[in-house]
Amino acid sequence: MSDQTPVLRLEGIVKTFPGVRALDGVSFSVLPGEVHALMGENGAGKSTLMKVLGGIHAPNEGQIFIAEEPTVMTSPMQAKAKGVVFIHQELSLADELSVAENIFLGELPLKGLGRVDWAKLYADTDAILQTLNVGFDARTRVGDLSIANQQMVEIGRALTVDPRAVIFDEPTASLTDAEKVVLFEVIADLQSRGVGIVYISHRMEEIFKITDRISVLRDGQYRGTLNTAETDEDEVTQLMIGRSLDLSRNESHHQMGDIALEVRGLGCGSLFQDVSFAVRKGEVLGFYGLVGAGRTEIAETIFGLRTPSAGQILLDGQEVHISSPIDALRLGISLVPEDRKSQGLVLSMNCRDNMTLPQVDDLTAGPFVSDGAEVAIFDQYRDKLDIRTPGWRQIVGNLSGGNQQKIVIGKWLSMRPEVLIVDEPTRGIDVGSKSEIHNLIRDLAAQGFAVIVISSEMPEVLHVSDRIVAMHSGRVMREFTSDEVTEDNLIQAISGITEKIA
Amino acid sequence: MAELKKTEIGTFLAKQGILIAFAAFMIGFALANQRFIELDNVFGVIRSSAILGVMALGVTFVVIGGNLDLSVGSMMSFSTIVVLDLHDKLGPGLAILAMFGLTLALGAFIGFLVGYLKLNSLIVTLGMLSAIHGLTLTWSGGKNMDIANKSGTWFAVFGQERIMGIPVPILIFALLAVVLSLLLSKTPFGRKVYAVGGNGQAATFSGIPRARVVFMTYLVSAFCVATAGLLQASRSMGSQNTVGQGMELEVLAAVILGGASLMGGAGTVFKTVIGVLILGFIQNGLLLVGLDFYVQYIVTWIIIILAVWLDVAAKRGRLWSPIA
Ligand SMILES: Nc1ncnc2c1ncn2[C@@H]1O[C@H](COP(=O)(O)OP(=O)(O)OP(=O)(O)O)[C@@H](O)[C@H]1O
Ligand SMILES: [Mg+2]
Repeated sequence: MSDQTPVLRLEGIVKTFPGVRALDGVSFSVLPGEVHALMGENGAGKSTLMKVLGGIHAPNEGQIFIAEEPTVMTSPMQAKAKGVVFIHQELSLADELSVAENIFLGELPLKGLGRVDWAKLYADTDAILQTLNVGFDARTRVGDLSIANQQMVEIGRALTVDPRAVIFDEPTASLTDAEKVVLFEVIADLQSRGVGIVYISHRMEEIFKITDRISVLRDGQYRGTLNTAETDEDEVTQLMIGRSLDLSRNESHHQMGDIALEVRGLGCGSLFQDVSFAVRKGEVLGFYGLVGAGRTEIAETIFGLRTPSAGQILLDGQEVHISSPIDALRLGISLVPEDRKSQGLVLSMNCRDNMTLPQVDDLTAGPFVSDGAEVAIFDQYRDKLDIRTPGWRQIVGNLSGGNQQKIVIGKWLSMRPEVLIVDEPTRGIDVGSKSEIHNLIRDLAAQGFAVIVISSEMPEVLHVSDRIVAMHSGRVMREFTSDEVTEDNLIQAISGITEKIA
Repeated sequence: MAELKKTEIGTFLAKQGILIAFAAFMIGFALANQRFIELDNVFGVIRSSAILGVMALGVTFVVIGGNLDLSVGSMMSFSTIVVLDLHDKLGPGLAILAMFGLTLALGAFIGFLVGYLKLNSLIVTLGMLSAIHGLTLTWSGGKNMDIANKSGTWFAVFGQERIMGIPVPILIFALLAVVLSLLLSKTPFGRKVYAVGGNGQAATFSGIPRARVVFMTYLVSAFCVATAGLLQASRSMGSQNTVGQGMELEVLAAVILGGASLMGGAGTVFKTVIGVLILGFIQNGLLLVGLDFYVQYIVTWIIIILAVWLDVAAKRGRLWSPIA
């Protein structure tokens, strides 16, 4: 393999942002037909390195070689013309356009007089969607798709050209297992055609399943490359964070208190029906299921974003009516939403202001927001969550994806709500911080708060929950205690095979 | 280390792009005509910018909240006519109170339509531009409004007097700028305006009452319009029905020139003040340089585009870019 010409090679790349040296002389190369993992903590510089390669950022120093030819990347269009396709970490789709228009954006097939050849466009797109095995068609408006499906559209973009190299920046962060299987098939196919692939992910099991080599970045510096077959998770973690991880569960055997939140026969149109469960003070209740199982919708209903069509919500044994997030927050219910970019953050606002936004009314000294109180909260959660930013004044949009997610988590943890609902809390979070967040969730429960964790990652649900609710297409299939749950019976329950057992 | 310094200076420059453009214009005009920087002239310019400036302060809130307000010019005509008319009927004190009440009611109506009914602000305020003009004409019967006994009232104090040598309109503009700057940058309300304009959905998820915040921004805008109307009426002691006509675009230009984003979520009161001053000084400078009055319109426009372009270029670090 070593005598092959790399499809792309980066040499001594330096990239600085105000106050941040994001890349400090990084070199990196990808061989044809290879899946090369790029790993590192949140903010290590992975996305920035790929943005340099994709023509989005100009490097301060360093050289890019495409097939050993020195190349200056000036724009994403040019990168694509050179055969470098980039699937971004943050979705970059046009909501108002159709799936087809998004996939072929900038290269719509034309017929005479510059008119778009719609028939060809839709046919070509449907062919791509076929390979991706998705349940929507070329004419669907992108804004109407779930995040997972939008991610699949983003991936579809890589299949329109005959690429030399494809960069996947955390493609699976919002995919479930079924879609992951499809993605891996797509990657295997590209690989067999000699395409070089860069694969960024924080999920070790994926890395070890599909990659050939692993390169590690740490604080913007290149830390080395390992052959996947000859290494293990521990070695990679060591290289990434400089220490081994203690993955044991924080088994603080705490007392469970009374029922904090109970839901009886809750339904919301066709989204979910007849959902009943209860969560106690001091308990972590997990919700597991496929995308579309209705978990997020249940959370949104409890948080006052949707109006239930049936059922009751009880808080401390009293029935409550929640018609807006304002009501929910007043009653002590918080929701960490699943989509950080559109629901969790105001990207144009700084880190501190984002974190304190829901409680800004309570942080006043006289008529003004108290600087000191705000900074204190920010500092506390920056340390707890290890948020990498040059300071609280940094605009959240400039943070790395994982650090943005940490701001969202901090925003709601710092409210110290009676009932905390977290929807996909560790999406895009690195391994070290992930176990940190799991510990924080367990700590919160230990202090007597009730926590509901919605996750599509089975290890995560198994790891943090005291009890698990398995859902399938809008219905609760089964409830497990942590003693009786196994991976197998959980998978069975969410695939709808078992009959409903109340 | 040296490199880090360079990037720090770079960011500083990028953030202050509009200030630098302002300084450049000032120096240019000052070199062309000494008189430009004499204190007298400077006061004159700020004073004649004060009315536009006061309105721009309010529109800054609306724009940061993610909406537009094209009704301010026509609303200012309304305030001016109303206060002049009521002055002779109710006396200055009550007239001012009544005028503020009526103007705020108009603002509340717009705020209700845009905030609570979620109608498009461009359409609502464009419609209100003509509707309010109609209201003004109905009120005045189409006639010019004049205060009968101009020397027998203290009403002139807002537009014509000086306190410690500084014209009162400048003092009011400055005071309002300071108060509104604090409101926007230091209070929970101000924070919510940025959040609602920056990402409305995230604001909802954070328990912020979007409709109420938008409603409030229009009240702030209406309050500023009423103040501007007071300054205008007091200065001239008489007025046509069309005194504020066309000002909505100049106001918007000043706000955008100051760097507020039309997409919402960005901008500051201080920068709007700079935008207002740039506009005022450009017009004055062109006059002093001796440019024909009609040509001024064109040159003003060119200079605005130039300033905005410099600002954008400084932010992205190059003059031209194929990528957004
Ligand atoms: N446009 C920008 N302006 C300022 N700083 C930036 C910008 N983009 C990235 N950074 C900084 O550069 C560093 C590297 O960010 P990058 O997005 O490459 O991290 P990453 O390795 O992709 O992390 P994650 O796993 O969280 O996605 C971070 O400290 C980030 O804050
Ligand atoms: Mg990243």
